[in-house]
Amino acid sequence: MKQTIFEIQSNVKIARDTYKMVLTGDTADITRPGQFVNILLEGKFLRRPISVCDVNGDELTIIYKVVGEGTEQMAAYGAGVKLDVLTGLGNGYDTSLTGDEPVLVGGGVGVPPLYLLAKTLVAEGKKVKVICGFRTADDAILCDEFKALGAELTVATEDGSMGIKGFVTTAMQDMTYTHVCTCGPEPMLKAVWRTTPEGTDGQFSFEERMGCGFGACMGCSCKTITGYKRICKDGPILMKNDILWEAK
Amino acid sequence: MADLKVTLSGLTLDNPIIPASGTFGFGKEFAELYDINILGSFSFKGTTRDARFGNPTPRIAECTAGMINSVGLQNPGIDHVLAVELPEMKKYFHKPVIANIGGFSVEEYVHCVEKLRGCDQIGLIELNISCPNVHGGGMGFGTTPEMAAEVTRAVKAVADKPLYVKLTPNVTNIVEIALACEEAGADGIAMINTALGMRISLKTKKPIIANKMGGFSGDAIFPIAVRMVYQVYEAVKIPIIGMGGVSSAESVIEMMLAGAAAVEVGAANLVNPYICKDIIENLPGVMEKYGIEKLSDIIGGAH
Repeated sequence: MKQTIFEIQSNVKIARDTYKMVLTGDTADITRPGQFVNILLEGKFLRRPISVCDVNGDELTIIYKVVGEGTEQMAAYGAGVKLDVLTGLGNGYDTSLTGDEPVLVGGGVGVPPLYLLAKTLVAEGKKVKVICGFRTADDAILCDEFKALGAELTVATEDGSMGIKGFVTTAMQDMTYTHVCTCGPEPMLKAVWRTTPEGTDGQFSFEERMGCGFGACMGCSCKTITGYKRICKDGPILMKNDILWEAK
Repeated sequence: MADLKVTLSGLTLDNPIIPASGTFGFGKEFAELYDINILGSFSFKGTTRDARFGNPTPRIAECTAGMINSVGLQNPGIDHVLAVELPEMKKYFHKPVIANIGGFSVEEYVHCVEKLRGCDQIGLIELNISCPNVHGGGMGFGTTPEMAAEVTRAVKAVADKPLYVKLTPNVTNIVEIALACEEAGADGIAMINTALGMRISLKTKKPIIANKMGGFSGDAIFPIAVRMVYQVYEAVKIPIIGMGGVSSAESVIEMMLAGAAAVEVGAANLVNPYICKDIIENLPGVMEKYGIEKLSDIIGGAH
C-alpha cells in the first residue's frame, strides 16, 4: 500500500453514468489485477474505493459508475486535477491458479478489473474467455478492448439489445473452462457460483461499504469457510470454495 | 527543543499521540507504512472474553466530516490476543501498549483484566464501558454512575496496571459518571467514545447501517469532545485521555488545553493512515507558533 498523489490526464463518459479516468502517478504498489485504489475527494470524509482497470507504467485507468455524491463529484473533475490516492489495496486475482483456459465473468461496473486480469492472463499465454453482462447496450463497456487483447468475448444484455439476451450465466452454460474469475453485483456472483461445475475452482470479487480500505477498521468483514475475512484486505477476492453465502 | 513528553499514571510517553482503539487494529497494517514506535502508545482493538464476529454489514456510513461505524466489537478474543497478537506485536512495537477491554457483564471484564496480569507489554488498561450490560437490561455500563462504578471497582481489584475508564458521551451528565469511576478507583478517564448516530439512504429509504444505529466519529464531534473533556477536567483529579475528532496538531493542543493529559486519534487514521505520524511531526512547529515549550504545561490551560 502506498499513499500518493495522482494527476488526472483524462476523464470521459464511456457509457450510461459510466466514466473512464486515466491518471498518472506512482503505480508501483499495484501488483495484481483485481486490486483497488482508495481515492480522497475534497469535502468527503471517507475515501472512494475503485477497482483498477489497467496499469501501464505510471498510468492508471479506472472506470466508475456515478452512483452517489462522491462519484458525481469525480465525474466533474477535469484533466490536471490532483487526487490523494491509496494504491495497491486488496489481494487481487492470483493468475497462477487459473489453469490454461479460464473464463472471466463480469457484470456492469464489475467488468473493469477483469480487463487487467485478461491482459495479464493473455500475456501468460492462456486462452482467455470473457463474458460481460450489462443491463442494455447503453451500459456496455470495454468490449473492443477485450477483443483487441485476443480474448474470446461474449456479451449478454438483459434486454437483448447487445449480444445474447439473458444473463452472464446463460452464456456460461455451454462453455468449458478451467477456472472462473468474476466480479459484479452479489446476486450475479451467487448465480455464477451456482453455475460453475463442482470441481472447478474460481475467484470471486466482492464489494462492501468500507471504512479504511486497508484492514484496520473491520468495517467490511464477512464470514467464510476458513474464518472471518476483511473484504478490503483479505479480499476483495475470495476463493469459490471459501464463500459462505448464507452468512452474506 | 520542544518537549512533547507526557505522563499517564507514572507511564511516560514520548508524546501524547495515541491511535484510538478500533482504528488501528493491533498496529500491523500501520507498521507496514511507518515505524509506529514514534507513537506515544496505541490502544489496541477492543478485546472481549470470547471471539466475536460483530455486527452484520453494512457497518459503515459516511457523514459530513465524519462517519458512523457499527462494527460490534469484532475481535479474536482475549486468549488469542495474548497468545498470538501480543507476541506478534513485539516484533514491530517496543513500547507499552494500551489494552482496550470490552465486556457484556462485570464478570467478563474481570476475566479479561485478570488475564492481562503480569503482561509486561501492556502499559495501561482502557476499559470500554459503552457496551450493553446483559444483566442490566442491555443498558450500557457507562450510562449510569452506579453501573460505571460497579464495573470499575470490580476490575480495579484485579488490575495490575493503571485503569482508565473510557466513557460514552451518550449520557445526560458525563461528569457524574466520571466522578463515579474516580471514586470507584479508576486511575484515569478516557473520553469520548463515539456519539450514537444514524444515516438513512434516500435510495432504499432505510437506515444504511445494518444495525440501524452506530457510533459517530470524526472531525464533526470534536467540539463535543472538547466540551466534555473540559467539564470532566473541572470535576476529577485523575488524568484524562482526550479523544473525539482529533485530526491535527492544533486539535491535539486544543484538547490538551481543555484538560487532556494525552490524546487519542481515531477515525482520522482510516482516512489518512499517516495522520499520527503527521501530527507528531507537526507538533513542534505548532507549539512554537503558539509559544509552547513544554506540552505537559498546557494540560487544562483553558481553565
